[in-house]
Order: sequence, then structure tokens, then C-alpha cells
Amino acid sequence: MPSDVYIIGVGSTRFSPSTPELSFKELMFEAAVKAYNDAGIDARRDLDAIVSASEDYWEGISIFDEYIPDQLGGVLKPVFTVSGDGLWGVIHAYMLIKTGAFNIVAVEAHSKASDIVDINSIWRMAFDPYVIRPLIDNPHVLAGLEMNILMENLDVDRDAISLVVSKNRANALNNPIAPYGSDVDPDMVSESRVVSYPLRELDISSYSDGAVVAVLAGETAARDLGIDAPKVKGVGWVSGSSYIEEWDYASPEFVWRAAQMAYSQAGIDDPYDSIDVAFIDDRYSFRELQSIYALGLNDGYSLNELIYNGVIYPDGDLPVNPFGGYLGCGYPLLAGGLLKLYNAMMYLRSAGPDTVESALVMARMEYPSPSAAVVILGW
Amino acid sequence: MARMNINFKNRVAVIGAGLTLFRRRMYETTRELAWEAAKQALDNAGLTLRDIDAVVLGTAPDAFDGIHMQGEHMTDAAGGYMKPYTRVFVGGGTGVFAAIAGWWHVASGLFDRVLVVAEEKMSTVRPHPQYVFHHIFDPIMDKPLGVNLIWIFALEMARYMYKYNIKKEDIALVSVKNKRNALDHPAAQVAAKITVEDVLNSEVLVWPVQRLDISPVSDGAAAIVLTNEEYAKQYTDTPVWIEGVGWSLDTTYWTNRDLAFPKYLYYAGKMAYKMAGIDNPRKEIDVAEVYDPFDYKELHHMEGLQLARKGEAPILTREGVTERDGDLPINPSGGLLGVGNPIAAAGLMKVAEIFWQLRKEAGKRQVAKDPVTGLAQAWGDLMQIGTVVIMRV
Repeated sequence: MPSDVYIIGVGSTRFSPSTPELSFKELMFEAAVKAYNDAGIDARRDLDAIVSASEDYWEGISIFDEYIPDQLGGVLKPVFTVSGDGLWGVIHAYMLIKTGAFNIVAVEAHSKASDIVDINSIWRMAFDPYVIRPLIDNPHVLAGLEMNILMENLDVDRDAISLVVSKNRANALNNPIAPYGSDVDPDMVSESRVVSYPLRELDISSYSDGAVVAVLAGETAARDLGIDAPKVKGVGWVSGSSYIEEWDYASPEFVWRAAQMAYSQAGIDDPYDSIDVAFIDDRYSFRELQSIYALGLNDGYSLNELIYNGVIYPDGDLPVNPFGGYLGCGYPLLAGGLLKLYNAMMYLRSAGPDTVESALVMARMEYPSPSAAVVILGW
Repeated sequence: MARMNINFKNRVAVIGAGLTLFRRRMYETTRELAWEAAKQALDNAGLTLRDIDAVVLGTAPDAFDGIHMQGEHMTDAAGGYMKPYTRVFVGGGTGVFAAIAGWWHVASGLFDRVLVVAEEKMSTVRPHPQYVFHHIFDPIMDKPLGVNLIWIFALEMARYMYKYNIKKEDIALVSVKNKRNALDHPAAQVAAKITVEDVLNSEVLVWPVQRLDISPVSDGAAAIVLTNEEYAKQYTDTPVWIEGVGWSLDTTYWTNRDLAFPKYLYYAGKMAYKMAGIDNPRKEIDVAEVYDPFDYKELHHMEGLQLARKGEAPILTREGVTERDGDLPINPSGGLLGVGNPIAAAGLMKVAEIFWQLRKEAGKRQVAKDPVTGLAQAWGDLMQIGTVVIMRV
């Protein structure tokens, strides 16, 4: 295999429920400048390519990739869009560097969810227009079904799920870019308004605006820049069926397969033993437990025990979303995966190589997308 | 003897291609079109879906289908079920770019066999896809002017004609040539034997663009199969190697550019030529499929790709150099002007055509010279991106 790939810089805006004072271009620019400064590069001189993650309907502009290059320093450079979450962008950047033809590649993703007047109507446009769309008013309907199946099939308690919300909202209090940090009593969660039974209002991550940029480099470029950075140890991404009626909601196979691909590249046989910290999907509270199960990170624990025994708290054996996840940082649409990667980078840098060997970052695109991506970082 | 590329760690070959009919208002859904092309490409390569390690999809704006996250909607149809699957997007340049993305999946060493599918179904937009294109413009500065794509391409065509003193008659020759070439293409939608007079007398859309200067609204899909060197040699005696890829995206602010020369394509070509070890494109490229949604764009793109000097492409066309039996055949397939323009699929069709030309499997469309090196190119966004693939046998 060619050169190892390192993450030599990251930059993020603060995340916020709304950003009326900033355009999407300004959000992107701020994150890019921070990331390029963090990496110590001059974008115009050093970047070989830029990957941006977006979907036209979220932006309200058709062929949105037209609006990417200027604010990222990418004019007349190889710049392209991946239609999906930013973590897929990281994977493309990783592959570009692995070809040997690219040295330094930046990845960008952003959210301007607050600009969307009726977000559930946009969600509905993603569903099969003939059979499913007429039945679905908003994606939370499916989340309620999914939560029910998870609780039933894997014997997960309502209290355990409520504790996930409390944990992540509290964890966000230690994250300067997170807008939803709060001390939330688990009873508040289980008594909040029912959205789609058993899913309740506080089980759902609120939307947020923000942008993140990451800079990846091959071995030679990282060495030349004198940067001691975490490397990408493995990547995996898999899509299931877009026919949502065919999914296994309790344990999504596409998440499991994406993880197996990443574990295999990283040489990981026992994920629980090898992964020190995980930044995973918690768009809905129950998803954190479901994802742990699908990623094979629960070891011998039941999903209830993971939280009752404190395993996934910041001081537990396997901290999960220690900087607040989507529940604490908000759900920034396609910037979600890069936000988790940014949080992982902050964690790895503060903990250092002696404490944390590997961090797992996972994202999935939301209903009706059947796709998941996993990136394993480490020293 | 083709020169070996010095930059690639893993060589990538095209070993199969497939193409649906290009038509307006196909009865097949986008999913059905995509799978039809994918199945053809797999059959052509002698593979089944089980042999494929990863899938790349190319499709242009979601608004054509009225489906948000169209890439995810296409997962099963493109063959991506339970596989690493991704959609890449650079507007009209997507078709050739999907092949580039397929290239890096294999060239990175992560995958051995990759399926690349591109589809487009434009005719579902009522009354016309130009209504979707109205929404690609800056919502504050441009949209209130009521612009669409033909409007801005007319500006570009006028600027190109003015700068190099090019006559409409010379530009019309491209449409005549490509529509005639398409008479030999089994998938062609608007193949025809027309004259320069026909073009000049056709309806004016936005001056100087007339109806026969422009490609049609189309539905269709294309697919190719890529493998690494080891598998290519195992599956076929005639692999076609991807030796160079390049792409470049210019500024969003199209009003600030000199539209006479496609600088983005110059940079994209330069990147691909460097990878492929090409110093003199005019001499070393034997056949090219350049993006021709409008007849002037074939000329414009030839110059951006350094296949002609600035202002020289109309002269080469007039002298017959770009005919199938010429020294530099351009768009022997019939291009978008003749075969049709289902946007992403049209770009990948061009890659497929170079694959068939280099394997000498193009039948009646086969160019007269013995081609070793071919080039496929697409273009898109706000006259902003160039995507280039160079292939060799």
C-alpha cells in the first residue's frame, strides 16, 4: 500500500441553531482559514485538491458545486463535490492521496439548516415518490418505528436511552463549539412531548449551522511540514438498500459492514479492545446504542449495561461522543461526519499518543439513505 | 509503443462498457436505465455484480428527478447494494468525472474491480429542463434577471466569435459533422444529414444560438467497468488503460472571466497530460471526444485542450482534420449534438466511445487512423469545470 495518510489540520466554526449574520460562504471561509492555519499551509500554493460535501436540496441551489471554490481557495484547482456526508469526503481525500498523485487535499462540509423554511418537506422529497412519500410526513415517523424495534429486539430500556441524552448534552458543556450543552435530567427526556411513539422531543438532535474543514496529507507532505499528526488507520463505507421497507432496523447491516472494512484495514480484530474512544451517530438518542451494537463495540455488555455501568461516559472504558455528539452540538446535516472528526481530532490531540491509540468516527446519512461511513484515526 | 506513466502506483484499465438508448421521454425509470447500462457493462467485461468491489454513481441535478439525495435513491439500481458506494458531482462534467472517481478507487489500491454508472432522466421536468437550470444561478444577483443556460452560453459563443473573428458558418460545420457521425451510432437520438444552411435557418433561441447549434433534452445511462492491472490481464486481452486524469473548477463569478478561452479546461488538460506524459497534445492524441452540448463548445474545448491553437479549431474543422478520416478525429460517436445529451450519461458515453475506438470495436464509427491514445472530456457548472480522461492501449 502507498503512503500513510495524516490529518494535518482541522478548522471549525462555532455551531449554532441559526446564523443570520453569516452566509454559507462566510461559514466555509472561516472554517477553511482556521484549518489551513492549523496545518500551516498556503491553500493557493499547497493544496492539490479540495473535496466538498453537499446536496442541492439542502442548499436550495441546483448544481451547488458551482458555489464552492472561491471561499476555499480552490479557484482553478481540482475541486469536486461528493453528494453526501463530509466523512465520505474524507474517504475520497484519503483515496486521492493513496494514488500517489496527490499530496495535500482539503475536505469541507457545512450546514445552513436554519435557512430552510420547511425542513420536513425537503426530507419528504428524498423518499420514493410513489409508494413511500405519500405515507411519510417527516423522518421522525421512521425513527419512532426504528426505536421501537431496537427496544423490543435488543431489550433496551427507555431509561437507558434517556441517559444517553443526559450524557451527551452534559458532555457538550465542555465543548466550546457546541450550542446545546445542558444538564438534562433523564426524566425530562422521557416526559418530553411524544413525536412518534416511543420517540420524544428530547430524543431528537436539534439542527445546527456551521462548517468544518479538514486537511489531509501524505507521509512526505506531512513530514515536510514538520507536523506530528494522527493518521487515518482505516476507512469503510457501505450502502444498503434504498428501499427502507427492507431494512433491519434493530441492527443495520450496512453499518456493520462499513465497520468491518475499516477494522480490516486498521488491522483490528477486537474493536472493543482496540478502539479507545468513539464519535458515532446520535441523530436520535437510541442511535448511539444501536450504532455501538452495529459497530461491534459493546463487548460482552448489554446495551443497557453500557450506560448503566458508565462504560460510555467520558471516564468510562469506551467514551462515546465525549464532546456531546449531535445531541449536544446539533445535527448539522452533511457536516455531521466532519464535526465528529473535528471533535475526534481535538480529543486525540489533548489526550496524546500515549493515552489514546485509536479513535473511531462514524456517520450515516439520514432517512431514507442506507449509507454509513467509518474512519479510524490513531497515532 | 505507448509511454508508461511514471506517476501511478496502480494502473487502472477499462475492461467493459455499456450504454442505453438516448431518447427523450424514455418509459424506463432512472433506476431501470442505470441498471440496463450497468448490466451491459458487466456483460461486456464478462463479470457479474458479485465480482464488483465498489460502485461510483454520476448523476446531475436532483431537481431533474424531483428526488432529494438522488444518489441514495439509486443505490440498488446502480449495483451498490451492500457495497462501498458513492456519488460524485460536478454538474455537467459529472459523466467523465465519475470515471475519474472510479479511477482513484482502483489507483488507490483499495479496490480491484469498480463499476461506474452515470444516468440522467431530464424529460421528467415539465415543461422543460431549462426551468431547473434557472435555479443554478446566484439567487440574489443572477436569478432575478431571468437567466437560463442558453442565455449565458449565447454570451460565451458571441464572445468567442468576436475575439477570434469566427463566422457562424464555420461553427455550424460542427453540428453538420456530429449529427452525420451519429447516423452510425445505434443509441443516437438526433442523428441527421443536415447542411450548414439548415443550421443557419433554424429557429433563433438566444442569438447567436440557434436550434441546430444545440444538443437535445435526453434520457439515458452509461456504465464502465474498471479493474487493476492484475485483473485486467486476467479478464481481457485488450484492456484500455486510464493514463491521465485531470479536472479544474474556475471561480463561481463567471461574469469576471474572459469567456473567449476555457481556462479551467486548459488546467484540467494540463493535469491529465502531465500524468500521461504527454508533451504535445496535438500530435499525441489520436482521437478525442470533447464535450459538445453546443457546436461552438467543440471548438472552444479543442482550444482549451491544446488540440488547436486559440481561434484555430474552426479552421481545422473546415479543412476536415476533425472528421473520422481526418488527422485528429473529434467526436466520432456523433457527440452530444448527434447521440444526445443525458448530461452525466453523455459524459460517460464519451469515455465508452474512446474505449471502443481504442479497442477498434466502434464498427462503422471506427476512425480511419490506428488510434493508440484517446481523450474524453466533459464540461459543466457555470461554464466553470473541465474534466478530462486520457486512455491508451
